Parts: sequence; C-alpha cells; structure tokens
Amino acid sequence: MTHAEIAAALFGKAHNVSVDEAGIVRGTGSSTSGREVNVVGIANAQPLGIEAALAIAQETLDIMRRNPGAAILVLVDSGSQLMSRREELLGLNEALGHLIKVLRAATSSGHPTLGLLYGSSTGGALIATGLATSWLAALPRAQPSVMQLQAMARVVKLSIEKLERLAADTPVFAPGIANFASMGAIHAVWDEGSDLGLQLEQVLATRLNGDDERARLGAERGGRTKAATIIERIVAEAQRG
Amino acid sequence: MSGVPTGVRRLSWFELSARNRLTALLDARSFEEFVGPEEGVTSPHLLRFDLPNAFDDGIVVGRGRLDGKPVLVAAQEGRFMGGSIGEVHGAKLVGILRAAQALAAAGRPQACLLLLDTGGVRLQEANAGETAAAEAVRAVLDARTAGASVVALLGGRAGCFGGGSLIAACCSHIVMSEHARLGVSGPEVIETYKGAEEFDSQDRALAWRTLGGTTRRLLGSADALVDDTATAFRQAAIAQLQRPRTFDLARLQAEHSRLRERIRRFGDCRDGAEIVRRMLEPAAIHGLDDRSARDAERLIAKLPEVAHDAR
Repeated sequence: MTHAEIAAALFGKAHNVSVDEAGIVRGTGSSTSGREVNVVGIANAQPLGIEAALAIAQETLDIMRRNPGAAILVLVDSGSQLMSRREELLGLNEALGHLIKVLRAATSSGHPTLGLLYGSSTGGALIATGLATSWLAALPRAQPSVMQLQAMARVVKLSIEKLERLAADTPVFAPGIANFASMGAIHAVWDEGSDLGLQLEQVLATRLNGDDERARLGAERGGRTKAATIIERIVAEAQRG
Repeated sequence: MSGVPTGVRRLSWFELSARNRLTALLDARSFEEFVGPEEGVTSPHLLRFDLPNAFDDGIVVGRGRLDGKPVLVAAQEGRFMGGSIGEVHGAKLVGILRAAQALAAAGRPQACLLLLDTGGVRLQEANAGETAAAEAVRAVLDARTAGASVVALLGGRAGCFGGGSLIAACCSHIVMSEHARLGVSGPEVIETYKGAEEFDSQDRALAWRTLGGTTRRLLGSADALVDDTATAFRQAAIAQLQRPRTFDLARLQAEHSRLRERIRRFGDCRDGAEIVRRMLEPAAIHGLDDRSARDAERLIAKLPEVAHDAR
C-alpha cells in the first residue's frame, strides 16, 4: 500500500496527509470516532538522514505546541539510516537520537504516540521511527530488518545459502514481520482485509501509558525467553540494600 | 577514595578489559556485579551459529561508588563479539537503566555510567539486539526524565556504533578519548554499501577525522575530550556528574536549534579537517595537533559550538 492508500484506509476522506519530495509525511486525519490524529513519518522507502530526522522532529515539536495531548501517528516506509561520510561527520547519531527524544517527550507529555510500519525499515532508521513510538503496528506485507541477509552473510562470514537455511526456523535474526513480532518489537499485525480505521480506533481507546512492554511481550510470544527476567532481576537487585 | 593501585588508573582505557575499566574507574573495592558470570547467563542464540558463549555475554553491570557517591554502571566488552548487543547483553543494559529510573522515581537518584564499547546490534541475534537497543535508548530517556544522570564514557576498541551510537546520543553527558569513534554506520559498513570512494575503510586517519573524539568534541557531539587513561575518564565522569541534569522540552528545543545551526554552518563540509579549519580560524587557535587532550580541551571549551547543555 502507498501512503495515500494508507491514509485513505485510516481516515477515509477526512485527512490532509501528504508527503513532500524528501519523503516526509505530514498532516492530520480524523479517526472513526472523530478524534484528531496528527500524522508524521517517512515514506517512499527513503533513507533516514540528518535533514529528514530533523524535519520529522520539527513537525512533532510543532504538533506538541499546536495540539497538546493529541494523538500522533508515525507512518513508516523507510530505507536504513542514510549511509554516507557526510552524515556521519555531521553527527547522524545525534539527529536520530534527537528524533527519538522528541517522540518520547511527546509520549511523556500526554500524546499517545503510535507507529504504523507499512513498508520497509532497516537498522537505525527503524529504531528512530517505529521503535521510538509507544505502540507499533505493522501491516502484513511490511518489511522490518536489521540488515538484508546478503550483507549480513558477508559480515558474519557465512554463505547466503547457510544463512537462508538458518533463517527459515530462527526468528531471532532474520528479517520479517513475524520475527519482529515474536521479539515484542511489533505490538500487533493489523488485518489489511478489515477496516484499518477501526483497528486504529481500538488502540487509541486503550489509553497507552507509555510503559515499555516489549520485553514482556517477547517472553510471552517465545521470541525472547531470557530478556524480561534479566531486566526484572537487575531492577530488583539494584533496589536492595 | 582511592586504594586502587595508581598503576591501573594510568593504563590505557583503550587497552583495558571491561572489568578492569570498572575497577580503575570506581572507588576501590566498591563494585558489586549483578547477574555475574558465575551464574552463566549466556546467549540462547549463539550456539545456532556454532559460536562460543561468554558467561557475561560481553557486558558487566552492577553498582559501585564514584568519589564516594553511589552509581550504577554498565561496561561493554569490545573483545567479545565486538561488544555487540544481543538478547542477554541488551537485557542487562536495559535492566541497569530501568534500575536508574526506578531509584530516581523513588527519590534516591543515582547516576548511571555507561562504558560503551560496541559495534552495535549482534547480527546473529539481530532482531533481539535491535529491540533491546530500542529498549535501552528509551530506558536512558526514562531514567533522565525521572531525574537520573546517564553518562556515556567512550574510548574502547570496538568504538561506539549502530544502536550503541543512538544510546550514547540520548545520554545526559558524553565523554570521549581521542581513540573513541562514534557513529551510526562505521567505515566498513559504508564502504560495503557505497564503495571505497564514499568511505575508504583502510584510511584510518580519515575514519578518526570523521568519527573520532576530537571532531565530535569540536562539533559539540561530546561534552569532554580526555586522555586515554582510566584516571582521565574517572576525573571526567566525576566532573560530568556535577553538571545540571534537567531534561525537558526547552532542552529538546535547544538541541533542535543547535543541530540546525551545525548543518547551516558546516553542512557542506566533507572532512573533519574542513570543520576544524572553519571553526578555529576566527578563534585563532593553533597547534591543536601538538597538545595533549587536556590542553586541547581547554582551548576547545571556549568555542561556541562546544559550550552547551543542549542534549
């Protein structure tokens, strides 16, 4: 689905969501129950560089000024972080970090922040967009990844054939929606065949509290069997004595 | 306050192991480890790849004292799988940060020191590592919001890349040595995807001019540049903990302006040397190359890009 189709599926005609030439998504839509939803994000599988990260952060800061407490939906169809010497020289990590901070600040100041991963997203771009929201949904055809298998094969020094064989039954490293959902990284995979607007409305009605539930979800779903317990133990030990 | 043999503290931070860094950084005999190697909590995933495990999964977490004050700490071991973030490694990091948040929320704020030394997410357990990195970044911010300082200390072998670089960017304060490298994509990764004409990973000097401590400090991406000794890191950590730790919307807006201004002034630069020239000409500061990190720090601290608390 394109961003225009997504916006139409979520809001019908009650929206002004648009995408600029740099792939930055902006606009507002009205949910099924008439709730105003502010939309930001990145489209067209654009890589996330410094300027794009700052533009999304800027838009989010503007929403916080304009519309205190309103819901923010982050639409995500990106490449990876923009890979270039110039980006690294000028501190891409700070720009991505800034975007994460702004999205978290929105949550802390009462804006429900949701993500919808409808295309691809890779590596640092995924951490700074979808994974920086409080509640991340994905469409079944979305393609989250840390690194494409081909490049991964080079880095871990295994043949692509061996890696593909492992990927078939090892969700912990291979790209894909189901694999990320089993980690707890994606809260829900939405059903494209039924009303997306209603599915959004249901999440908006749950009053997201901003707690990070992902480790617990990962344990429940069997993708990360150790993480939640380790986290709990350390928090308990540090509070003792 | 001391009691640690001064010899250890004079050793190179770059060369020290994660455990020895903690010993040299903290007050003598003050460190207590959580979920230590004797428990053998190892990665459940590496065996699939016929890779050896480490009993601490390449990270040491716990608590100790710094200059008499209680602190929480995490130290990544760059020599095990490049300090990479897997499920267990990441959970230990997230655990210590959530502990910082919980203590601050209970009115007992303790600073959290992150001795980062990582190539980023561990590819053999990439999805667990990616999720853990996202959790760690959020836990840093939540700890800061609750009132705890989170300080990144960077100067290890593996550098600080990928998810690690995002964790660092979200900290209250960042200390780097000249040996430290900080970036999202490292030279090898950029070369793999974009070719050697974009980033020649064999050119070590270029890598340091682009990602190294001095450039980062000049641009305001780090708050202190220190010599490569445990003593220097210890002193810098103590100094950073004296600084204000507010984290609010005003600060985020200031950070936004700061990053925009950086792009306005230096957005056309292709090399750290260009930035240094443009920045230092008006200040008429010369001879940075010949000075120790401490001398350089005195000069650098006077530059407008550098003196800020906007992160």
